[in-house]
Amino acid sequence: MDLSFSPEHLAFREEVRSFLRTALPPHLRDKAAVDGNFDHHEIMEWHKILFARGWVAPHWPAEHGGPGLDVTRRFILTEELELSGAPTLSVFGLSMVGPLLIQFGTPAQQQRFLPKISAGDEVWCQGYSEPNAGSDLASLKTRAEDDGKGNFVVTGQKTWTTYAQYADWIFCLVRTDPSAKKQSGISFLLIDLKSPGVTVKPFLTTGGTPAFCETFFDGVVVPKENLVGPLNGGWTMAKALLGHERTLIAAVGLSSRAIRRIKRIAAATQAGGESLLDDPGFRAKIARLEIKHRALQMANYRSLAGAQLGHAPGPESSILKIRGSEILQQTGELAMELMGMNSLTWFNDEGTVPAIEQWVPSTFNYLRATTIYGGSNEIQKNIIAKLILGLG
Amino acid sequence: MNFDLTDEQKLLLDTVASFVKKQSPVSRHRELRDDPTGWSRDVWQKMGEYGWLGLALPEDVGGLGGTFADVALILEQLGTTLTPEPFLPSLVASIPILRLGTAEQQQAYLAPFAEGRTSLALAHAERNSRFDVSDVETRAVKSGDGYRLDGSKRWVLNGHAADTIVVSARTSDGENDGGISVFVLDRDTPGLTIAPVKTMDGHHAAMITLTGVQIGRDRLLGAEGSAVAALEEAMDVGAAAACAEGAGIARAVLEMTTDYLRTREQFGVKIGSFQALQHRAVDMFVEVELCKSTAILAAIKVSDADVVERKGAVSAAKVQLAVGGRFVTQQAVQLHGGIGVTDEHDVGLYFKRMHVLNSLFGDEEHHVMRYARLPSFTAGLSS
Ligand SMILES: Cc1cc2nc3c(=O)[nH]c(=O)nc-3n(C[C@H](O)[C@H](O)[C@H](O)COP(=O)(O)OP(=O)(O)OC[C@H]3O[C@@H](n4cnc5c(N)ncnc54)[C@H](O)[C@@H]3O)c2cc1C
Repeated sequence: MDLSFSPEHLAFREEVRSFLRTALPPHLRDKAAVDGNFDHHEIMEWHKILFARGWVAPHWPAEHGGPGLDVTRRFILTEELELSGAPTLSVFGLSMVGPLLIQFGTPAQQQRFLPKISAGDEVWCQGYSEPNAGSDLASLKTRAEDDGKGNFVVTGQKTWTTYAQYADWIFCLVRTDPSAKKQSGISFLLIDLKSPGVTVKPFLTTGGTPAFCETFFDGVVVPKENLVGPLNGGWTMAKALLGHERTLIAAVGLSSRAIRRIKRIAAATQAGGESLLDDPGFRAKIARLEIKHRALQMANYRSLAGAQLGHAPGPESSILKIRGSEILQQTGELAMELMGMNSLTWFNDEGTVPAIEQWVPSTFNYLRATTIYGGSNEIQKNIIAKLILGLG
Repeated sequence: MNFDLTDEQKLLLDTVASFVKKQSPVSRHRELRDDPTGWSRDVWQKMGEYGWLGLALPEDVGGLGGTFADVALILEQLGTTLTPEPFLPSLVASIPILRLGTAEQQQAYLAPFAEGRTSLALAHAERNSRFDVSDVETRAVKSGDGYRLDGSKRWVLNGHAADTIVVSARTSDGENDGGISVFVLDRDTPGLTIAPVKTMDGHHAAMITLTGVQIGRDRLLGAEGSAVAALEEAMDVGAAAACAEGAGIARAVLEMTTDYLRTREQFGVKIGSFQALQHRAVDMFVEVELCKSTAILAAIKVSDADVVERKGAVSAAKVQLAVGGRFVTQQAVQLHGGIGVTDEHDVGLYFKRMHVLNSLFGDEEHHVMRYARLPSFTAGLSS
């Protein structure tokens, strides 16, 4: 057992940090300093900068335009990016459909889509969930019918489609065989959102931002070459796609950053003539959360080291989503508590509360989603009980 | 011991329950979120006519001479549909006037409130005061026949709309608890700058700046430098009111959630058939009943002449609301799945309001510490 990073890995971390110190343009750096919410254009601006440095898709193999980093370097890069407060790049192309195409796409699909994903020329979104197919994803109803002329014709509705309003393409699970049993009649299809018959309607989350959409398909013609994997093999594709995110899902860097923000807010908030960071009650509360976070970080390292050595994911990797999402939510709660009455603020003018607090209330509300999306925590627990603990 | 309601209380409860159902569903609050006032003066006036606003005020200012426990019944019902009228902030602001004001002052400022013609606000919080009403930097200096006020107040609930604003200010240095006075101001007093701000729960408040505000002596409530006890009581009334409203919110979201569990289907069955979710709903139910129980405790004890008794009960209730109310609203969102984090669904509005209630009049940490430091906490240890 060895807890240390190798000298090469430590040097790599230094390299990433020194890049980050200068690479963020001033207007993005100012926003990062106060943990502001980046809009789509700012995210894409940062995407292009990382692309130019070759770090936009750390987990892609070199032959597909990735930097060819080992697992630990990828992890370090991700963690440092999260810690820096730089915009979080859209995951749908880089971490979801991209890796899937690398694994299962045809050479033609790879050539058509991958370069545009990494260059940030085409933005993707994920069309799995439907109004009546959430946790029970396999009951999805959006139909794709063969028109006999080399196309599918897609009709149905997806929902909770994160940032579809900014996306050029959507990857969807669609039903191609209505007579087959649930999972077996589903295919994985890539759809151009500019196609006639597609309607995207953004709506607000409780965080007050239009972070997701309803996406409607009304007789949308999709060429068959946009099918990924075999016909009716979509469920296997979906499962493979899930596997790509294992060590990143704990969002360890995001929580580290949030805990640092909490300490900063505590240090700057006065009560009874002293800062809340010096208040024993609050100091203990922050310490408890940080300790929870360290435990998770360690579980994440174990999972990471296993992956580095090529082991199948161990049981520790299955807890990362549950605990990681809970910790993220708790960082929001504690920040709000420290802010006291300032936590009441809701999209007020700059200066109403200190800049570092401005976005906390919105984030606090949005973070309730982390235990719901990506397989709700209840569903995660069902799976662990069954597959890992051998119950039921 | 008897927790049964009197016939009058039952009648009151029925009236308020039918009012919220017919005249103030959540959709009204939802629509008013975008209105610069956020509540309706017509509805406010009706509340005055029904006798709700003056329920616990003395009869000589147009009140009904009832108890805070009666008021709490109303607040709990109003909470079930997030009724936005400024009952809570007005109640809080009425306390210093009631405790310190002369008969004329009470007549001038409380009678119109009881009738629903005016609403009130208490401007006490400052940048560094957190939950301590005696930590005041705003100054009131003797000037001519009266006082000149300078300073700034933050997050004044209903400050954006109130006709009458009660302001705390330091009239002399020295020990924290001495030297604090309260003044009652009209909103159009020269030198008073009222900047409206939005709050997370879809309500509004104000940041208030006082620059050379010149007022007469008749604006001072009570003797100079003697306001801390009344301000502390006002905070406790606010906390007890928050507990009552919060109990209503907790009950409403539990009902909303169990309804959803009974209708939403996944995997071919109602999601309420999953034992994991049944147990979660029961955990919510436990907290709902505890919030209701401690809200009653606070509603009764907030008027107790024994201040230690009052503080202990109010702090206990406020901590229960912080812990239980938070759990109930969080789980309500969780069990609704994706729709629970949309602005379109009402559950998020309840979640937001619960956070606001938990942040006002002392948060969890404040009340845990206050409770632990009361003499009653360590009384009776020596055998
Ligand atoms: C912010 C946000 C962004 C999203 N982005 C996307 C996106 O880009 N693309 C996309 O396709 N989807 C997206 N989703 C959808 C997300 O994946 C679904 O919300 C999630 O799968 C849950 O489905 P549901 O909302 O229908 O809830 P339901 O499945 O109806 O669940 C309701 C509740 O029941 C519980 N439950 C359900 N089944 C069981 C069971 N068997 N045992 C115990 N408990 C159970 C759930 O855990 C939940 O608490 C997003 C969701 C959110 C909130």
